Parts: sequence; structure tokens; C-alpha cells
Amino acid sequence: MPWLIELLKAIGLAVVIFTFLAVVAAMLGVYLERKISGWIQARLGPKHIGPQGLLQTVADTVKLLQKEHITPRHADALIFNVAPVIVAVAALLDWVVIPFGKLGDRVLVVRDINIGVLYFAAMASVTVVGIIAGGWSSNNKYALLGGLRSASQMISYEIPLALGILWAAMVAGTLSTVGIVDAQVRQGSWFMFKLPSPIGWFGLPFGILASLTFLTAATAEVNRVPFDLPEAESELVAGYFAEYTGMRFALFQLGEYGEMFGGWTEPHLQPYMWLLVTLGCLVVAAVILTTGLRQTLLVRPILMLAGLGLLLSLVMFFGTRAGLSQVLPSLMWFLAKMFALVFFLMWMRWTYPRLRLDQLLTLSWKVLLPLGLLNLLATGFVLTVWGR
Amino acid sequence: MPKVLLDWFYVAVFAVVGTLMAVLPLIVVWLLAPRADLPQKTITYESGVIPFGQAWAQFNVRYYLFALVFVVFDVEVIYLYPWAVVFRQLGTFAFAEMLLFLLVLLVGLAYAWRKGALEWV
Repeated sequence: MPWLIELLKAIGLAVVIFTFLAVVAAMLGVYLERKISGWIQARLGPKHIGPQGLLQTVADTVKLLQKEHITPRHADALIFNVAPVIVAVAALLDWVVIPFGKLGDRVLVVRDINIGVLYFAAMASVTVVGIIAGGWSSNNKYALLGGLRSASQMISYEIPLALGILWAAMVAGTLSTVGIVDAQVRQGSWFMFKLPSPIGWFGLPFGILASLTFLTAATAEVNRVPFDLPEAESELVAGYFAEYTGMRFALFQLGEYGEMFGGWTEPHLQPYMWLLVTLGCLVVAAVILTTGLRQTLLVRPILMLAGLGLLLSLVMFFGTRAGLSQVLPSLMWFLAKMFALVFFLMWMRWTYPRLRLDQLLTLSWKVLLPLGLLNLLATGFVLTVWGR
Repeated sequence: MPKVLLDWFYVAVFAVVGTLMAVLPLIVVWLLAPRADLPQKTITYESGVIPFGQAWAQFNVRYYLFALVFVVFDVEVIYLYPWAVVFRQLGTFAFAEMLLFLLVLLVGLAYAWRKGALEWV
């Protein structure tokens, strides 16, 4: 019975990926977040439970499992209870189309759906339903404000996000995530730096622009600093999950970290800054620093871009060294890139102040959207005219 | 089973299994966690004071104009997906058509911008 085998395979994969999300994304993610925060703020972070505090989140999970569920008296109990499950499941569903790497000739992906990137964008936006449901049903003012802020933010950044994904799909000529990765493998470089021949390296500006659009929008979609208004601890307590206790709170966290890891590993996003960009940024930063414009706000983002570039070029450098890429399985590179980007997100958290809501919306509608559209058009133009 | 059907079969299984796995810890909590019914505990949190009214009041959702613009552009992006896949086979004409379509939308964006729909009031 082939369908029974497929069913068992699907169940097995779902369990494996959910566990992966819970252990790697949520538990390890929270641990890394605390450790890296500690490191950046010159303190130790968790260190008592397990070696270097590694078991801290495990202990926290055990603790959360023993906590009572409280449903506020005035809350809408049904929606209140369903909301965290929606967020967690949406995060899991994202992972169906993410290719982990290659094992021999087999691509490590749950299903290579032919409309993969569209599916990804759709699932990523299901999260907002859970968030609004949680925020509204709590019948708590902080939670309601958090949920509504989240709605405005996520709908605003969904379009730049989609444009970023679309850009990659357009260059690759397919909506399948595996297809997009394959197209990049075929030309020997990421789309970010190089468009298919005969355009080649002249495509660099388009690629970088598209990637930056995606980077910014993805950060906003996962509600991370500097776009963390929905959960702004200092003004909204914790936003939409203010009323959640114990394990339900943990499910929200799981969904969020799951999205964060997932969103960042979209195929054309693994590709990031390259040595060229690093050098460029370092030069600009050096110029700004030496000319005494030290106070300019520009210095920080530029230095951070340079840092990210350096980080990823190290990963890439060792990745493309002859032989080494054969020795280490592609899964390793996938994880390396994923963690490099997650580290970047955590680093950003301690570098940028939170944006105001109006700044946030301005950035999306007046900067990212026109830029993304124009970039799409320009790339399309270049591909139509020279690309055939 | 054809591949496309199988793909969505997997997605469905993922949704079901994911829901079960997400509910599992909630069941563990239900079995393990202590329960004590104190009336104070279920009061809505409002920084420790007695909450003032309900949160479900009439509320000015100020970004509803953004939501309208969003609908327009979201639909537009959906139209772009199929175009993006095949535009190279279709050649210059398809590109010109999409250019026209996007320009109309960009004019729309400029109009919304000019009218102040993108301002946070």
C-alpha cells in the first residue's frame, strides 16, 4: 500500500521537523539569544545549569510544563486557547519547502512543491492570524494594542517580502525552492552577486538591493528588533502574549523562533553579503570615522553590514575551498549560514533602538515598496533585453 | 498519486501532526500542573491595578488606509508570481505589458502617498 508508506513518511518527517524546531530553533535559539546578549553586554548569560548553561532552556521548559494555565475571566476562552497553536503550526508548515541541503543526489527537502515560494509567503502570513487572535481574545489592552500593531506591521512588510522572494523566483524562472537553489548552483554563485549569463556580475547591484529589501522585510515579519513594536516589553509589557502563561507562552515563542530560523533560510536569503561588500563598507566606515563624522547614524549600520559580510564571507570562503565542500555535507553549510544569519539578528537586537510606528510604516511603504518594485522592473528589463 | 496531490497530502499531514504536537505539551500541563481557583488570578492584567473597563471597546484602527493599499498591492503581487516564472519565454511583449500594469499601480501608490494615505495620523 504505497499511500500508507507515504503517510508514515509524512508523519515521521513532521515529527522530526517539529522536534528540530522545538530543540534547535526554540531551545537553542533562546539559549543563544541569552548567551549572545550577555556577551554583547559584557556579562556571562546563563551558566549554572549544564556546561556553560547549555541546559538552561531545558530546565525552563520543564518548569513551564508544571505551570498552571490561566485563562483570564473576561477572555474569549476558545480563541485564546487556539491562538498559540496556530502560531506554532504556521511556523512548522513553513519548513515543508525549505531545502536543507543535498545528500548524494537527493535533495533534503520535505516536499519540493511547484509553487514553493508562494506557499512559503502564504504560510508565513498565517502567523499574523494567530497573533491577532491571541491579542484580541485576551481582552487586555496591552495585548490588543500589540496584536493590532502586529497586524499593521505584518501587512505592511508582507509586500516587500513577497517582492524580494519574487525577485529570486523571476531570475530563476521557477517558483520551486529547490529550483531556485539549483539555478544558483548551475551558475556557480548566488543570485545576490551574479545574474544568469550573459549578465553575470553586472547583476550585483540588483541582487544586493533585492536581498536587502528581503532582509529588512523578513526582520520585520518576524517581529525582531528594530521592528519589535508588537511585543515592545518596555511599553506593552509583552504585547499580544501578555496574558499567556506557561506552555502556551512557550508555544508562541516556539512559533516565533521557528519563523525566525525559517524566514532567514529562504533559498535566496542564505546568500548574503560577500567580501566585496565588506570591503566597501569598511572603507566607507573608515572614511566616516576619520573625517570626524563619528556621531552620524550611518556608522552603525555600515559597520554592521561590514560585520555580517565578514561573517558570511568566512563561511563562504571555507565553504568553497576546494575539497572542503565535499568533506562537510551540505547540511552543515545550511546550518552554518542559518546560524550566521540568526547571530546577525541577535546582534542587531543590541545595536538598534526600536523604530516608532510611523517610521516603521514609512520605511515599508515609501522606501521598500517602491524600491522593490523598481528593482523588479529593472531586473526584468535587463533579463529581457540581454538575458536571452 | 500524482506528485502535486502528494505534495499537498504532505502539507495536510504536517498541519494535523503539527497541531497534535503543539497540543501535546498542553495536555502534559493539564496532567501535571497544579490548579487553584482564586478569583484574583483570573483578573485581566493591567499593571497590577483593577482593570478599567474592557479592552473590547470601540477603537480607532488608524491604519485602515494602509490595509486598503495593502489589499491592492497584495493582489498585484499575486499576479506577478505567474508572470515571473514565464516572462522570459514570453519575451518583450509580456515584459511591456507587466511594465504598464506596474506603472499604473505605481501611479496609484503615488496618489495614495500624495493624498496622505501613507501618513500616520
